[in-house]
Amino acid sequence: MLALQILVDGFAISALYGLGAVGFTLIFGVSGVLNLAHGGIMVVAALVGWWVAAYHGFGPYGGAAAGVGAGIAAAFVTYFVVVRPIQRSRAIPKEEEEIFILTATLLWGIMLQVGLDYVFSDNPVTMQPLLPGVVQIAGVRTPTNEVLIAAVSWGIIGLLSLFVNRTRIGKQLLAASINPRALTLLGFELSQIYLVVWAIYGLLAGVAGVLLATFLGASADNSGALTASAFTIVILGGLGSVPGSLIAAYVVGYAETVTAYLIAPTLRPIPALVILIIVLYVRPQGILGRR
Amino acid sequence: MPSTARLPLILLLLAGTLGVGASAPWWLGAYWLGIFTIAYYFGVFAMSWDLLFGYAGEVNFGPTFLIGVGAYSAGLLDNAGVPMAACIVLGGIAAIVGGLILAIPALRLRGPYFGLVTLVAVLLLLDFIVIFAAQTGGEIGMMVPDVLSISTSVNYWYAFCFLVVSAAILFGLSRSALGLILQATGQDRIEAQALGFNVTKHKLAAFAISALFSGLAGAMLTFYEGTASVDQMVDLSIAVQIIIAVVFGGRRTILGGALGAMFLVLFNELLRPLGQLNTFVVSAIALVVILFLPDGVLGWLLRPRTGV
Repeated sequence: MLALQILVDGFAISALYGLGAVGFTLIFGVSGVLNLAHGGIMVVAALVGWWVAAYHGFGPYGGAAAGVGAGIAAAFVTYFVVVRPIQRSRAIPKEEEEIFILTATLLWGIMLQVGLDYVFSDNPVTMQPLLPGVVQIAGVRTPTNEVLIAAVSWGIIGLLSLFVNRTRIGKQLLAASINPRALTLLGFELSQIYLVVWAIYGLLAGVAGVLLATFLGASADNSGALTASAFTIVILGGLGSVPGSLIAAYVVGYAETVTAYLIAPTLRPIPALVILIIVLYVRPQGILGRR
Repeated sequence: MPSTARLPLILLLLAGTLGVGASAPWWLGAYWLGIFTIAYYFGVFAMSWDLLFGYAGEVNFGPTFLIGVGAYSAGLLDNAGVPMAACIVLGGIAAIVGGLILAIPALRLRGPYFGLVTLVAVLLLLDFIVIFAAQTGGEIGMMVPDVLSISTSVNYWYAFCFLVVSAAILFGLSRSALGLILQATGQDRIEAQALGFNVTKHKLAAFAISALFSGLAGAMLTFYEGTASVDQMVDLSIAVQIIIAVVFGGRRTILGGALGAMFLVLFNELLRPLGQLNTFVVSAIALVVILFLPDGVLGWLLRPRTGV
């Protein structure tokens, strides 16, 4: 019974982790950017969604749409204000670009966190579930909303996979992640591809943020932990590998759920970190990463 | 590199700074002395980080892991009855040991992976401090029975001397053969190896030195405050502030880190009326500096003016 409960409960949270991490890994794969403001962007989506839904009478669906829109907007601001100036700066040597992007996105993430804290206070908010009620899954009472979260997450990941493998622009993304220079030589404009990637990233982070708000709740203070968990998952799965991130999301999601159920809820973050350290020492490229 | 013509000017500036700094207790109020004391320890954190980042080209996202290990080892030993001076030294040694345990496997990793291991190390240390709250005081902090001194001026001088000595040693190291080799490694690891330098050995040396000063500073700060606290020594926000301080002051300058740290601490103090928003403003300023003056303030002042 307990095993079933863990299985069902862990599934939704893992799907949500996967959704958050896929965007993160996509950006890294295509443009080599590790965005440490990731958690901040998710929380922007969550809090804007909650605010529109609760105070402007648009209901949970209107709120969710507004939240996703806010996520996309925040991703574009991150790209245009923080990442692109560094990529284009001539004063920053190429080999140090990575460090500058890490530091700058970290600062930007802090600005988002403190700004949200100021505007919305740091009380955790919970959005009304998009689908109320409970269903029985294999004898386990599960909120319908959790089923919706798992379905939406997997639906979006499926669509993304179709987009990348079947459409022209998707194939360009794939090519950019393999060899950006060759793509440029073939006459494709990299900056347009980056725009598409950041839009997809904003969409994924926005949806993940909104779903998180309807499930576990969100507050400005969460943004650091959210970035850390996305980071853990992406490293575990292999930087730049989408399937790897999904596997890793389930490893982390279940490791946390098992720890929370069987040992103590307070130890929840520990197993992911320990797994991460072991993976980094034994197989630094992660489960499915390439070097 | 300063030319010989500028040497007297630089010596004058140095003597002036030392004089102003050392005489502060005679003309500065106790409140500001306290703030400068903290700023000086923070300056040592920043300088030790710059040795690793600016020179060895390794981003250590976990400087607070080293600081925390130093601070908490010293605190635990002091609570066990070890004399204070021994605790400070042992805190520094504990930081080296902790740092090497972390670094020996981690330095095999390239690029962002090293940074990640150090980031995770901080998160684990934080979790352990909270889990073993009975011994460490958890989130509240661990009281220690000894303090450096109860006099504000004496505490200030301790911190000032510590900063000056650390700055001299770290700056000297950065200009020595070790600094040059590290810089070469940071810029082109393969070529440095091809020239016959043992890259890993030099990086480990840099890591150990960085750990030693971080640990000592952490231990001294613990005995200044009378508590080892997560909020002030281990939290990731402190790590971020150290990084901001170095990038703002100018990486690869060592002294820039100390300037940046002082700027941060003083600025936070001046912006206190803004309440929560002061972190926002400080981060925004640091972001603007990174975007427009990537060499930092000191790097910008010292850049070669000829040509271009």
